[in-house]
Amino acid sequence: MMNVPVEEKIFHAQKAVPMDKHNSSISIKVKDLNVYYSSVHALKSVTLDIQKKAVTALIGPSGCGKSTFLRTLNRMNDTLPGARIEGSVIIDGVNIYGSEINVVALRRIVGMVFQKSNPFPKTIFDNVAYGPRLQGIKNKSMLEGIVEESLKKSAIWDEVKDRLEKPALELSGGQQQRICIARALAVNPEIVLMDEPASALDPISTAKIEELIHELKKNYTIVIVTHNMQQAARVSDFTGYFYLGLLVEHGETKKIFTTPDKKETEDYITGRFG
Amino acid sequence: MRESIVSNLTVKHDNLSENFMNGLVRIFAVVPLIAIFLILWIIVKNGAGVVTGSFLLLAPTDGMTQGGIFPCIFGAIAKTVLMVVMALPLGVAAAIYLVEYAGDGIVFRLIRAAVNNLAGVPSIVFGLFGLGFFVLFVGRNLDQVLKTGLLFGQPCMLWAAATLAILVLPVIIVSTEEALISVPQSHRAASLALGATKWQTIWRVVIPQARGGILTGAILAVSRGAGETAPILFTGVAYFLPHLPVVNLFGFIPMVNPFDQFMDLSYHIYIMATQSVDAEKTLPIQYGTTLVLISLTFLLNLVAVLFRMYFRKKQGLVTI
Amino acid sequence: MTDITQELTRKNHHPAEWLIEKALFISGIASIVFISLIFLFLFKEGMLTFKSVSPLDLIGKWVYDPYDEKNIFKVMWQSVSEVPKYSIVPLVCGSFLVAFPATVISSVFGIGCGIYLSEIASARVRETLKPTLELLAGIPSVVIGFLMLAVVATFVQDLFHTKFRLNAFVGALGVSLVTFPIIVTLVEEALRAIPKELRDASYALGATKWQTIWKTVVPAAVSGISAAVLLGFGRALGETMIVLMATGNAALVTLDMFSSVRTMTANIAAEMGEVVQGSEHYYVLFLVGAILFTMTFVLNICSEVVINKMRRKLRM
Repeated sequence: MMNVPVEEKIFHAQKAVPMDKHNSSISIKVKDLNVYYSSVHALKSVTLDIQKKAVTALIGPSGCGKSTFLRTLNRMNDTLPGARIEGSVIIDGVNIYGSEINVVALRRIVGMVFQKSNPFPKTIFDNVAYGPRLQGIKNKSMLEGIVEESLKKSAIWDEVKDRLEKPALELSGGQQQRICIARALAVNPEIVLMDEPASALDPISTAKIEELIHELKKNYTIVIVTHNMQQAARVSDFTGYFYLGLLVEHGETKKIFTTPDKKETEDYITGRFG
Repeated sequence: MRESIVSNLTVKHDNLSENFMNGLVRIFAVVPLIAIFLILWIIVKNGAGVVTGSFLLLAPTDGMTQGGIFPCIFGAIAKTVLMVVMALPLGVAAAIYLVEYAGDGIVFRLIRAAVNNLAGVPSIVFGLFGLGFFVLFVGRNLDQVLKTGLLFGQPCMLWAAATLAILVLPVIIVSTEEALISVPQSHRAASLALGATKWQTIWRVVIPQARGGILTGAILAVSRGAGETAPILFTGVAYFLPHLPVVNLFGFIPMVNPFDQFMDLSYHIYIMATQSVDAEKTLPIQYGTTLVLISLTFLLNLVAVLFRMYFRKKQGLVTI
Repeated sequence: MTDITQELTRKNHHPAEWLIEKALFISGIASIVFISLIFLFLFKEGMLTFKSVSPLDLIGKWVYDPYDEKNIFKVMWQSVSEVPKYSIVPLVCGSFLVAFPATVISSVFGIGCGIYLSEIASARVRETLKPTLELLAGIPSVVIGFLMLAVVATFVQDLFHTKFRLNAFVGALGVSLVTFPIIVTLVEEALRAIPKELRDASYALGATKWQTIWKTVVPAAVSGISAAVLLGFGRALGETMIVLMATGNAALVTLDMFSSVRTMTANIAAEMGEVVQGSEHYYVLFLVGAILFTMTFVLNICSEVVINKMRRKLRM
């Protein structure tokens, strides 16, 4: 198990954090997780603890299984035909692959932001209000409150507050991605998964997203997949390196990027890979 | 050496056969076009003078050698509306099942094969089926169970529309499927990741984006159904009816009576051209009726084609 | 238990979801149900023919001929007569005599036009030509039948000096207008499915445009093209209103394209209206329908198998 710098986390969180509901500092416990697509063994017995209210970055070459891993955390792999999953992912003491798990409820607790911004062809307001409406919230002022709060958390409120009824697709790529983050936050998740959220964006938009991630970790557990090592180094507290479906190494970002335990990790990080 | 390369490069190719082939396939494309415009021109030339207000709004008189075709227009529209009401929900639901639920297993392939085959069933076979199944089997048995005498067990608009509904079902299914597939997968993923159920995702994200394609399918189905003759021959169409197929609900609300027979534009053309006492004399009526029918179907088709182009373009913008 | 745990294990409160899926499933298999019902009812009624008619009667019948004063094997369809004769030979013959030329005409034009659309025409021409062809596909067959009857028949008779004004060839011309758009659409689809790399490879070897089309593109798409022709043939066999109005409806056994003929479809359409339900004649007409349905069904299945084979090959 990891040594968690609790003091540091509290320092980061400051007063924005409500009283910690749970004593454990571990948000997600992954044990012996295997994923198969038809005949491909995509993830090989991955075991990993993900810390609460911290950013965990998953790095590795494309096809290494990092996105697959991310998608197991909110069971999005369930929607793929031919996918088979073994092992356990425990959130708050419950195995989310258990038999009585409500997948729909799980996805409200574990939000997700995708690689390519994918706002619905609806207005900005309707995009962000989509999740709350699913839960049956119809009260206009309540929805307005949630939308405003979510947009503020995603640091885009000032840019769009005057045009909430405009189509979300009229925004720039970076703005669209922040709308998607707001949309995910509006469901009030505990954990936010991000699948290369800035890979399709320009450097300025990327910087904004990174800044946002830094802000968000005060309230949320964040797991981010990135192929950009500088990004991982900048935004994350912990880093896991995946290669060929295996979790090669996992630990504090500082340590991984300076003195990794494994030779493969060092090769990848220093660019001597492949 | 060099000289020979240069001379090879500049040698006049035998462009004759290439140009000949280009011209030939162009002819193959142009001749059918000419045929279309010839058809339209003949119909418009001979029919335009006939189609007047009274032609459209009056009933046939003098043993159908004079007067208008209003009952045929009325019947054609009523039958088509009834058909769409039956076919559209079923077709859209089937397409949703195929695209969103069926996966690609044996059920999917069976349905796919059934839809393709349904699209290839000869229209006269639909007519036979409508007579054998709807009128004689379903209708007669309903009459027996409900003790309604001979209400269901005879050819009427309801059964004609039901027969046509099965005929246009593949049109609606295929067009709706295309529309559903064009909705980006990432929108479904986003919705699911926000805690939506499968049906919530379909209802709130997929269908709103596929609306255009569904509408196109509906219009194409209407246009197809309006022009089909063979399926209604034995299932409800009438040679001549002295009244409109209308019934007064509760004695005072007039509505289309689906249990009555009806006159129809396409059938009217057929009987006027082949069964009329004096086909030469009624030729203007035949052209007039044809012009009305073809205007109706062309208008619908044109709207469908434009709709599809519009929505494809819009979809293109969305996915970029 | 914390609230997250409670939330995660909460009972699914979407019972409607299950109901909706079942309803969609039923709508989905409706097509299978309908095609099976069509099969069932056509054959159920058609088989009753054999209560009173022997299978041999469907080919011909020994009938006493008062002129020759002996029994003659008559291959004819004469349903309303003292001794009804139900030979389907003239009907099948008529159907093929219309469908075959119609398929040849529409295939030549359809394949040519498909090549033009896919290989030669600019995007702009294609975008205007295709909707126009869709308009052609949208013309009701009764309209084409009427024009064949009223205009084209006379024109053909003047041109070829035929004995019958209404004949198989006039019908075939009309039917080819219906099958042409179907064939074009499928041929174009088949040609466009051929990957660009294949064409590039051919050009890189110094082939001209038409050498590439003939030696590379068309052979690669040959199964798709044959599927199109098969499907067109099926449609031609099943076409009703045009042949009913334009072929003269004389049930003759002939190979003369310019003779009047009566097809299976036209025969059903012309006679079913007057027939007594439950009579021998009624059942025979259903049997003709069942035979027709089987023919088109087999053609459809064949073309689908061919298309699927091509799709699989191209994916690899």
